[in-house]
Amino acid sequence: MTRFRAGTEQLIGIASPLLLLALWEAAARVGLIDTRFFPAPSTVILQLVLLARTGELELHLWASLQRLFWGFLLGGIPALLLGLAMGLYRPVRIAIDPLVAATYPVPKSAILPLVLLIFGLGEMSKVVMVALGVFYPILINTVAGVRNIQPIYLDVGRNFGATGWQVFRTIALPGALPNIMAGVKLGIGMGLILIAIAEMIGAREGIGYMIWNAWQILAVDTMYVGLMVIAILGFLFNLILDAVEHAVVPWRNRHA
Amino acid sequence: MVEQTRRLSSPKIAIQSVTKSFGSFVALDRLDFKVGAGEFFVIVGPSGCGKTTLLRILSGLERQSAGNIALGGVDPARPANSIVFQGDSIFPWMNVFENAAYGLRMRRLPDRDVQEIVRPFLEKMGLWRFRQHYPHQLSGGMRQRVSIARAFATDPDILLMDEPFSALDEQNKVLLQEELLRIWEETKKTVVFITHSVDEAVILGDRIMVMTAHPGRPKAIIDVPFPRPRDVLKLRAAPDYGRLVLSIWEHLREEVQRARAQQEEDAA
Repeated sequence: MTRFRAGTEQLIGIASPLLLLALWEAAARVGLIDTRFFPAPSTVILQLVLLARTGELELHLWASLQRLFWGFLLGGIPALLLGLAMGLYRPVRIAIDPLVAATYPVPKSAILPLVLLIFGLGEMSKVVMVALGVFYPILINTVAGVRNIQPIYLDVGRNFGATGWQVFRTIALPGALPNIMAGVKLGIGMGLILIAIAEMIGAREGIGYMIWNAWQILAVDTMYVGLMVIAILGFLFNLILDAVEHAVVPWRNRHA
Repeated sequence: MVEQTRRLSSPKIAIQSVTKSFGSFVALDRLDFKVGAGEFFVIVGPSGCGKTTLLRILSGLERQSAGNIALGGVDPARPANSIVFQGDSIFPWMNVFENAAYGLRMRRLPDRDVQEIVRPFLEKMGLWRFRQHYPHQLSGGMRQRVSIARAFATDPDILLMDEPFSALDEQNKVLLQEELLRIWEETKKTVVFITHSVDEAVILGDRIMVMTAHPGRPKAIIDVPFPRPRDVLKLRAAPDYGRLVLSIWEHLREEVQRARAQQEEDAA
């Protein structure tokens, strides 16, 4: 496998989206694409600045971020605890596995009407949607992470008299952390997808609402701003989580 | 030998017709032997003779199918045993200090005591200045030293060692054998040490039990007469050493050949 130096790799990572944007911009200006459907990036950015100035963007962004945050906690913490228990204890795994297998493939967006019915049109239904999205990737990755821990480490725990909780804390959790972090990244992605969908129905604010509202009044530029904001959020979350991973999984930091 | 008789009159470990079978496979067949308090007891046998199974039973990680294990002079304030495992067993997610301190942390000792106890063991093992390092930053020999420090730090009644040096190169092996002897001579723990190396058995042991190939049974128990403290390299050069190694090999060769014949039969 060809590997570039770290600096070069970072440069490529930044250059490829910029190049795509430049091509898009050029195509829009030359008239290769219909700017009614595909406005030039510069137009979108202008609109973004405009929405930011009026405070509209901040309102929507803040609403979405809050829902993401609470949804992440509501889905992530139970997923983590249940995942550790399923990984460590066979009876728990046997009992829960079929439930997970059966409910995981149900599209979370298809549950939205049910969630609205149960939790109403308020904040809770949005938070629950995010939680549903976050729950499965973290659960499944945590279980896999614990089960991948070499049995010798569990023998060490038993030999040195670790109690159930100590095994949880000193072996299962840190041993599964690399997988858990992968699950968190996937979960945040799912959360972003679902918050956008959830906010399109029965919301008065949020990035999803902003996009849906823009469609209804045919403000195509604003629609693109919404998409761009979600894309940027995804990118930023990934950067943050990489840094978190670096901090909490120090034994995986193998600098070349 | 008087010493030996005295030790065995009140043994630390008394194994009485211990049998272990997995389904119809008999791994250990009516094992009987005693280990004296403060004795360095080495078990040698061909691979697959159930040495590791025996150690796991002694540690309580597994239970025997039949028979009895009696432990003498058990001190409830100390852990019954600590294992130095074969291969990598220190946690990649803890630094050297926390790995060595693991047993003490599990027993919820105050931090000050943990510091006080762990430090000298890490110093003896030449690891103190690497205490902040993570295992992936260490060599295989250093990782196994951490494992030894971890086992000694809990001050167990019995130390169980399962081929702890088998993955190391020859130079590292000799160094670690010397270090183990030094630290053991200071603490005089009861040690049950498993190895497939006759050399290692003679260098380290007070007595050596040769086990038969499957099913595992004691074939011979041999006294090692060399005085302590022992110097590994000097000992290896002594003529008596060669004779003892040879005589143990005589016992073992038959078993290794039997084990090989069995394997070939199974493969055919």
